[in-house]
Amino acid sequence: MATSQIITVSNLVKDYFMGRQFFRALNGITFSAVKGEFIGFVGPSGSGKTTLLNIIGALDNPTSGEAIVLNKPVSTLHQKEAARLRNDSIGFIFQTYNLLPVYTVYENVEFPLLLLKKGNAEREHAVMQALEWVGLTAKAHSRPNQLSGGESQRVAVARAMVKVPEIVLADEPTANLDAANSHNILTMMQRLNDELKTTFIFATHDEKVISYLHRKIVLNDGRVVDDIMMN
Amino acid sequence: MIRFLLKGLIRDHHRSVFPVIIVSLGVMLTTLLFSFLSGVLSDMIDASARFETGHLKIVTRAYQTLSDQLPNDLALTHVDTLLASLRRDYPGYDWTARIKFAGLLDVPDEHGETKTQNPVFGLAVDLLRSGREAERLNVRKAIVSGRMPQHPGEVLVSDELARRIDVGIGHPITLLSSSSSGGMAIQNFIICGTVEFGIAAMDRGAMIADLSDIQYALDMPDGAAEILGYSPNGFYVSDEAAAMRHAFNDRFTRSADRYAPVMMTLEEQNGLGEYISYIDTVGYIVVGVFLAAMSMVLLIVGLMSGIRRYGEIGVRLALGESKDMIYTMLLVESVVIGIAGSCIGTVLGVAIAYYFQEIGLDITGALRNSSIMMSNLVRARIGAASFYIGFIPGLAATLLGTALSGIQIFKRQTASLFKELEA
Ligand SMILES: Nc1ncnc2c1ncn2[C@@H]1O[C@H](COP(=O)(O)OP(=O)(O)OP(=O)(O)O)[C@@H](O)[C@H]1O
Ligand SMILES: [Mg+2]
Repeated sequence: MATSQIITVSNLVKDYFMGRQFFRALNGITFSAVKGEFIGFVGPSGSGKTTLLNIIGALDNPTSGEAIVLNKPVSTLHQKEAARLRNDSIGFIFQTYNLLPVYTVYENVEFPLLLLKKGNAEREHAVMQALEWVGLTAKAHSRPNQLSGGESQRVAVARAMVKVPEIVLADEPTANLDAANSHNILTMMQRLNDELKTTFIFATHDEKVISYLHRKIVLNDGRVVDDIMMN
Repeated sequence: MIRFLLKGLIRDHHRSVFPVIIVSLGVMLTTLLFSFLSGVLSDMIDASARFETGHLKIVTRAYQTLSDQLPNDLALTHVDTLLASLRRDYPGYDWTARIKFAGLLDVPDEHGETKTQNPVFGLAVDLLRSGREAERLNVRKAIVSGRMPQHPGEVLVSDELARRIDVGIGHPITLLSSSSSGGMAIQNFIICGTVEFGIAAMDRGAMIADLSDIQYALDMPDGAAEILGYSPNGFYVSDEAAAMRHAFNDRFTRSADRYAPVMMTLEEQNGLGEYISYIDTVGYIVVGVFLAAMSMVLLIVGLMSGIRRYGEIGVRLALGESKDMIYTMLLVESVVIGIAGSCIGTVLGVAIAYYFQEIGLDITGALRNSSIMMSNLVRARIGAASFYIGFIPGLAATLLGTALSGIQIFKRQTASLFKELEA
């Protein structure tokens, strides 16, 4: 049913142009996802995972084909509409955390809510709630440079989750974390997926991540070579 | 939102303190330099007007062509009538007659024999009938010893000259000059005071005498070398002066009389016009160069911090800001920085200029051989322009630097900005 399908990707092609040459990073990707899935794009380096994630997140445009995200065709969105889509419905988590260094943990998590023009009380409540989810209320007033890698990534998760988005896109979220922290983060995400029905999409080749996935979409040379439900 | 971003701006010293320092330095220098230039220019105009040129000056045509020789035989006659008609035609203007003369000062010893002789440049102004000329030339303040002339036959000499020829207050001197009829003029005076104007050209060897004494001495009854006119508010207004000059001179265009009066504006004398436009040009160039340099530096700072911020901008895009919003926020930040820097710079610049307006900068050494009517003290002058001459370019340069460097954000693909995150 189209209503439960929150992502529909059909025949997606992405070419990168380098002078007269072009490189086909995505070569006819087709798949769809329904609300509440816990999916991973898995594949070797250079297989197109990040490229696909960026197109789904409306940060990049496909060369041909279409990605319909929450009923919005990404390829024809104006950059303002794309920003609006990300703002309203998508949370990002990066390999390198990417917290804003001049702001405290609290302020980093608050930022998406400011963009959404939420009121003071609502912001404060949501930020504290999100910090509780990731177990970092005690560090609310620390700066990112005072945090460990695991803590930083938990803040990034809180920042992605604070607005309770429909979709969270996580690109190699555990690549810089040790095993214990990786499991910690993943359990947390799984719980949020369970409780809030947020759809999670990972790009990863980390076995630890793969072991948590409900569904694994295997990419190679810009194609889907396998799409496996896991149990 | 804006408050949130400003909080970040203030915390990030690379983005706030550093550019603010650059802007305030540039603005301060521009303001200071401009204030100095306008101070020098207005002091020069003012001193010239008071001592030499008036805002307007009337001489005879013949006198005009030979004016460096101070040809008093070609001077104006019937001066009282001329003054009366000028006062009638241009009410509010202050018209005054003067004679400039050159000669030898003969200093007698106690037996009446010549002790020394020294060339002298003299200025005869109305000192006894009204106080206006004394005030205009600031004579009272210039007196080093003795007092103002109060009786006919009393003169002031420059302190430097008095020391050179070794005379003091009450000493008789004899002026040897040529009379208006071309003969020898000899007249005795008593020194009643010595003066120092702080103007090199006046202080080297000048005497100041009352006009009627010199009219008598040079045999110029009702005559004067020149009539000077001063505007009612004391400021030289170029356009107004030019219009008056036109109207006045038009009345005599048909006359072939060598002794017909001609009126000249301040700018038409002593090359002052060129001087004024020269200093104006220099002023524009200086401000322009500062502006260009400041914009360049700020552009580079903007580019550098822009590159430093690709990561941050990538995250903000991912979190849902649009490029327009980010660009706008960058401009808002730069306006804040521009205003802060320009305010600090203007305040500092004006404060330092104020110091040099009140205290002045002594350039006596540089003027030792100068004949420009210029004060030995260079003063800055704070005018309305001092408050915006640096401020506006400072703000503009900051905004321009950010606007240009920020365009990079639009040029780059969102995803490639974003790539910086993965590096
Ligand atoms: N801006 C670009 N210009 C040219 N080629 C690019 C660009 N971005 C990505 N590519 C190429 O596209 C292919 C897919 O890149 P992508 O980043 O999606 O891979 P990935 O699966 O995320 O790899 P990794 O696991 O190393 O992160 C790569 O071969 C890469 O070299
Ligand atoms: Mg990748």
